[in-house]
Amino acid sequence: MASGFTWDFIVGHLNYWMFIVLMMTGFYIVVARGNLVKKIAGLNIFQTSVFMLYISIGKVTGGTAPIFPADMNIDPETVYSNPVPHVLILTAIVVGVATTALGLALIVRIREEYDTIEEDVILEAERKIAAKENRAYGDAMGGRA
Amino acid sequence: MRHHLILRVITKLLVGPIMLFALYVQFHGDFSPGGGFQAGVIFAVAFILYGIVFGLHKVQHVFPPWLVHKMMALGALIYAGTGVVSLFLNHTYLDYSALAHHPEHGQHYGIFAVELGVGVTVSAVMVAIYYAFAARPPRLSDEEW
Amino acid sequence: MLIATALSVVQTKRLFAVVMLSGVFSLLSALLFVMLDAVDVAFTEAAVGAGISTVLMLGTLALTSRTERTPTRSSLIPLLVVVVTGAVLVYGTMDMPNFGLADTPANNHIAAEFLKQSPHEIGIPNVVTAILASYRGYDTLGEVVVVFTAGIGVLLLIGQLGRRRRKGKGGKV
Repeated sequence: MASGFTWDFIVGHLNYWMFIVLMMTGFYIVVARGNLVKKIAGLNIFQTSVFMLYISIGKVTGGTAPIFPADMNIDPETVYSNPVPHVLILTAIVVGVATTALGLALIVRIREEYDTIEEDVILEAERKIAAKENRAYGDAMGGRA
Repeated sequence: MRHHLILRVITKLLVGPIMLFALYVQFHGDFSPGGGFQAGVIFAVAFILYGIVFGLHKVQHVFPPWLVHKMMALGALIYAGTGVVSLFLNHTYLDYSALAHHPEHGQHYGIFAVELGVGVTVSAVMVAIYYAFAARPPRLSDEEW
Repeated sequence: MLIATALSVVQTKRLFAVVMLSGVFSLLSALLFVMLDAVDVAFTEAAVGAGISTVLMLGTLALTSRTERTPTRSSLIPLLVVVVTGAVLVYGTMDMPNFGLADTPANNHIAAEFLKQSPHEIGIPNVVTAILASYRGYDTLGEVVVVFTAGIGVLLLIGQLGRRRRKGKGGKV
């Protein structure tokens, strides 16, 4: 950081900071909101902003999409963007939607058990169940525990 | 959705081209953007659209759940099987150069087979997830939306 | 625009609107991917994010509820956590190279090698497909298995796999 905050530095890093703002928005939704569906939406935003970060690392100024001409006559002057992040993110998107579906399936099951998708209500119900079980086991052990 | 005449007609028109486009994306993925992951998703979207508009029973008549479940496994097996074939042909696992006399042609065949496996698995998994969600009795009626 | 969409997701209480907004978010990010030369990724994001996951979330809403309750807890601590994490991440970017430079570490080691070799070794025009299916074949095999496993998980949780067997008992699955 010896070079300090020059104009070049700020412009060159602005996109990373944008993605971090997006990432933190998703993170905030996950942490602060109690609704489980909304948590999944926040997780999706978080995930997509990570994808953007990766893709923007692979971008080369003046480059083009990494697809050669169909006759394979490659012009050595052409600059191509880095294809490796594209591959990683391509598979990550599909895996992401599969895991999202898994989370949503869990939410559906939770709704069927507890009749709610709000975190607070679920925790309260859990606490009640635990208290009831404690009482039942306590009685069985003769009032102790 | 029995009363939405326009939706029903448009869906009938669209499902065919969507599937055709999915096949194009699948088999033209070597030359243009696309490949197994995208093609699988688009192929699944055709069935999901049909299921949303015409009801789950009709789409399950065309593409029964047992077939979907078999295809999920079949795609992964095609992928892994390609690797095993190259193993038997005295090459390392997933080394497609074994599949033809000329290594470059072997790579072509290998990528083709692998992408086919990816496409089959992805489309089957997406359709299976949609079936699982749609088959649950809904809690909201149409008017509540 | 992306940030505006994300912020409105935070504010909206109606979950239907949240789902629609996250579809819009996916579509906008697909546009951004095209700008960043990642056409394959943009393609996938548009098909998956704006298509499939919107449908799945709507399906979940139909099975659960449509509105969110007003949060009872204060949102100050989460906000603090988020700001601190964001500050740490921004500090982390200080050492990163500028956007779009060709001589960054990420663009030089293996990526340049792939771009140079794949016309001779693989011989197909789309380098992304070449790397996906051939150079990183193991990786993609793993991803396919992950997708497969997630599908099995969904089926086990809410699917109809057990219904045939349990039909005789008459219970709701």
